[in-house]
Amino acid sequence: MSDRSPHRQEARRAEVYARLATVTDPELDEPLTELGFVEDVTLGSDRTVAIGFRLPTYWCAANFAFLMADDMRRAVSTLPWVKSVRPELRDHMYADEVNRGVTQGLDFGAAFGDLASDEPLDALRAKFWRKSFERRQEVVLAALLAQSIEPARIVTLTIGGLESMQLSSPDWARAKARYVARRHELSDGGAYQAAAFVDADGRPLATNELAARMTALRGVRLNMEFNSALCRGLLAARYQEGPPAGEPTLADFMPGGALAPR
Amino acid sequence: MYRTTSGEEIFIIDGHVHFWDASPANQRNIHGKQFIDCFFAYHNALSPKEQHWPKAKFEKYDAATMVRDLFIDGPVDVAIIQPTYLKDFYTNGFNTTGQNAVIAKQHPERFILNGAFDPRDGELALDYIHYLKETFNIQGVKLYTAEWKGASKGWKLNDADAYRCFELCDKLGIRNIHIHKGPTITPLNKDAFDVSDVDYAATDFQNLNFIVEHVGLPRLDDFCWIAVQESNVYGGLAVAMPFIHARPRYFAEVLGELLFWLGPDKLLFASDYAIWTPRWLVEKFLAFELPDDIKKERGVELTLETKKKILGLNAAKLYGLNIEAKKKALAKAPLKAAAD
Repeated sequence: MSDRSPHRQEARRAEVYARLATVTDPELDEPLTELGFVEDVTLGSDRTVAIGFRLPTYWCAANFAFLMADDMRRAVSTLPWVKSVRPELRDHMYADEVNRGVTQGLDFGAAFGDLASDEPLDALRAKFWRKSFERRQEVVLAALLAQSIEPARIVTLTIGGLESMQLSSPDWARAKARYVARRHELSDGGAYQAAAFVDADGRPLATNELAARMTALRGVRLNMEFNSALCRGLLAARYQEGPPAGEPTLADFMPGGALAPR
Repeated sequence: MYRTTSGEEIFIIDGHVHFWDASPANQRNIHGKQFIDCFFAYHNALSPKEQHWPKAKFEKYDAATMVRDLFIDGPVDVAIIQPTYLKDFYTNGFNTTGQNAVIAKQHPERFILNGAFDPRDGELALDYIHYLKETFNIQGVKLYTAEWKGASKGWKLNDADAYRCFELCDKLGIRNIHIHKGPTITPLNKDAFDVSDVDYAATDFQNLNFIVEHVGLPRLDDFCWIAVQESNVYGGLAVAMPFIHARPRYFAEVLGELLFWLGPDKLLFASDYAIWTPRWLVEKFLAFELPDDIKKERGVELTLETKKKILGLNAAKLYGLNIEAKKKALAKAPLKAAAD
């Protein structure tokens, strides 16, 4: 198959979407593809990829927009056939600055000059990683407690033990998978014997700390959910759509699938 | 006035309303258009469907509409009208103290008119505070600490210039300092939600009341911590209120935290009109009950007494409003149903 054959093109678009599904909104901790932020993916003849995306408002924080654009560029660049990636933010007050900055590989400060204050993008990235870790942990802890699992047992669970555990609802199972993914990132993968529940610095929880931990995590979640509920509502209102119906899945790109060329 | 089914009267003060003009004719540039579009999205995102307004009405509503929505169809007795200048986006401003004064003067018993200032104006800010007091006899102000101005990337309540303004406010009897801690346009990457400066100012100006709008969301925990330490820090419920419809469980959790940390005497109801209208918010709030698990875990109750405090009694105290006297005054100045 040549590079330009329709099937090759569609397979590659599917690969791009699969990579984009690994990028989350820093505040909402949900994949950009599920949030409906990614509008379209265009493959250029010279193995370039353009990604059109949009945000809930014209005013959404420029550093968050920049972070997402840069994360998309990084994620899609890992595909071996990709030569360059051009994220294209639309309908945003700082669309030009974000698009130019990310495409040219500038850091946030350089892209915005005097408009930016001093927090480096990596510090922001780390801050949001921590929030995401904590938010995901709270959901799983709450699920385990709701299943009447004793605190003393919860704190001794290993990552492997947690992974093999059956939870009674599909939502909880999904939440568990999401937490485990973050937990592996913390220990660089592989450490199945390590404690499942640790703080964001890797320190295991003790039984008598669990209640206080839950209170602290609830604070993180209440703050994040405020943004989350607003952003989703704003996106839907801005583009007059219901909740996003979901981006095409891999199956849609398979020959004979819904989106396959006719 | 809201009457419960058992005939009880509940006095309602809406702590945060606007009388804005965001019509295309007043929009100075694309930012003016996008700003009101964003407000309109807030309106649509969190209001019940039957409460949605047409876009043109949302951009500019007349005084009669506002009076009807608040006081005739709506249950509000007194509304605190807060300014937002935005002169870079709107030729005549979005809703300046002067614009708001037009409607406030037509219904002097119904509105409490607040002002605004920017301490970075130095001497001019002090002059402006004098002007606001002399012209409008203001008792409160609404401040935006995150706003950029020239080379400045926002200011803090404990800056020296701000302290000079607060000293003057104290002297002139402008006691209620509403502070917007929430979403902002610029700076681009500053933590505009940071509420720690409230702590200093509240300690140093015990005569002033600091009302943190949007209860510090999304920094609820930081806000609660400060409000517990400082007896003169209050939470304004604008923007938190409409979650009662869109996300009732979330609303209950937030309210549970606030009642646990601040108690029932420090929270102020607000609609943020015209983003939301007060009638449905008040009706839903009076019908609202905290779920048992939250009551139990936090040891808090949302009784009718607590609701009455949040809906009016707490704000009445801050603004020195005698409710019995106000009821009599309002009875003498009835609003015509067809105010237009």
